[in-house]
Amino acid sequence: MKNSKNRLWYILFVAPLVLIFATVVVIPFLMGIYYAFFQWDGIGANPKVFVGFDNFKHLLTDTRFFKSAWLTTLFTILAVASVNIVGLFFALLVTSKLRTANAARTMIFMPYLIGGLILGYIWQFIFTDVFKRLGELTGFDNVFFNWLMDPQYALYAMVFVFTWQMAGYVMIIYIAGIQGIPEDVIEASKIDGANGWQRLRKIIFPLLMPAFTISLFLTLSSAFKVYDVNLSLTGGGPANATELFAMNIYNEIFGYGNYGFGQAKAIVFFLIVAAITLTQVYLTKKREVEM
Amino acid sequence: MKKTTTIIKNILLFLVALLFLSPIYIIITNSFKNRQELYTNVLALPESFSFQYYSEAIQKMNFMSAIGNSLYITIVSVFFIVILSSMTAWMLARTNNRLSNIIFMTFIATMLIPFQTIMMPLMQLMGTITNDLGIPMFNTREGLIFMHIGFHSSLSVFLYHGFVKSIPRTLEEAATIDGASKFGVFWKVIFPMLKPITVTVMILNVISIWNDYLLPSLTLTDRGLRTIPLSTFYFFGEFTIQWNLAMAGLMLTIIPVVIFYALAQKHIIKGIGDGAVK
Repeated sequence: MKNSKNRLWYILFVAPLVLIFATVVVIPFLMGIYYAFFQWDGIGANPKVFVGFDNFKHLLTDTRFFKSAWLTTLFTILAVASVNIVGLFFALLVTSKLRTANAARTMIFMPYLIGGLILGYIWQFIFTDVFKRLGELTGFDNVFFNWLMDPQYALYAMVFVFTWQMAGYVMIIYIAGIQGIPEDVIEASKIDGANGWQRLRKIIFPLLMPAFTISLFLTLSSAFKVYDVNLSLTGGGPANATELFAMNIYNEIFGYGNYGFGQAKAIVFFLIVAAITLTQVYLTKKREVEM
Repeated sequence: MKKTTTIIKNILLFLVALLFLSPIYIIITNSFKNRQELYTNVLALPESFSFQYYSEAIQKMNFMSAIGNSLYITIVSVFFIVILSSMTAWMLARTNNRLSNIIFMTFIATMLIPFQTIMMPLMQLMGTITNDLGIPMFNTREGLIFMHIGFHSSLSVFLYHGFVKSIPRTLEEAATIDGASKFGVFWKVIFPMLKPITVTVMILNVISIWNDYLLPSLTLTDRGLRTIPLSTFYFFGEFTIQWNLAMAGLMLTIIPVVIFYALAQKHIIKGIGDGAVK
């Protein structure tokens, strides 16, 4: 009696969300694997032709996919490095006991709230008009020019904007980590005569490993999946020089109507994201030390 | 000597932060300039403040309707995410059996799935639900809310689950002995105790639902249903050449975010920190 009543409560509490979650995430994911083995243009009335692993084989000869893969890798490496260096730098500045630290922290976090699409438009204007003007005014027109028109610099522009977006977020994580380091450990190192750099390298960084794990995970996965900033800042241009993975998949499916092939790309995309992020978490977790 | 270096450090830090936000300054100032003034001096303060471009942008972006849609979609989605994921997480954490473990692990594992991997089949499935079951999933705000709940439940369940485990069971047991039902125990005893993590869950979800572009772009095609990111996208498609008008449009989209930030600044920063460390 009591057992069946408990089971009823269990269903009442768990079932609504599990149903929604299954409909929105789990079932589409399984359907996605199925679709990847078909050639299909997305129109319901048109036949789905089973092609086995052909879509995946076709991927190996798709130069545009490989170009996009390389660009995404390059973007991710640069973006992860830049976001974490800037974020950690700000976190160290803001946790030093300065009066303006609170205001600075609030301001630096701000861009994260604005959202990728809007940030892309803001910076589109800055690269197009403000950089040009700055170049004229300062004479540094080899630095200040419209980055978005240059295939190589357009990718750096993406890194720049992504850093602007994420640095504040990562800073908050590092601040939480730094504040978790006990005061007396720092004091002891000062008494032992360690200088600032030694303290950073031998004490603060090792104790910050959990924060590194989280920040790297977040920046790695979001850099790999970046779409909104890509769309509004460069739209993938000039000449596909910034068409990253997420956008490539979107274009393949909804742009060119290659539903089956695009879905195969999407599955490969999932496998890569999962493999990279899990490897990173495993590697950094191993280096975490116990207090 | 030491005092002066502290002052200099303070000033430097403040300047760095100001420089960091200088793009916002550029957006504000240029939103007031006419076209000619914008091109002759993009960096200077505007010669006069006219709100002409703002009223024009409000009209052309259909701003009032967009902000209404965004508010409705965000608030209702977050409301259901909080209720459903806290209930689910509590039950899963307190019922230690295989089914609970499988459900919980599924929630966690799917966090690795990029949206691009499921967007196409999701649209197919939603099409089937619309056509065969007669439940309109496209071009309804409720359909979008349904999908938001599904996508944001993983992280929310994960955060609640971790928090529930840190609450001792004794309180619940006492309430049960006093004759409270599971429902009563959850809403009267547990849910109030979840408040700190609820704030975190709310903030993380508000930010990501408010700013989401891709999902609404796939599910909403009616002009009258556009959210803020969607209307900004279409607005820019038409008006990029008129940068002054575009700047006013961008400022309009930033203003609600700034108000939200000003009101909840402390909670936001704390919520982000807690959410990450969990």
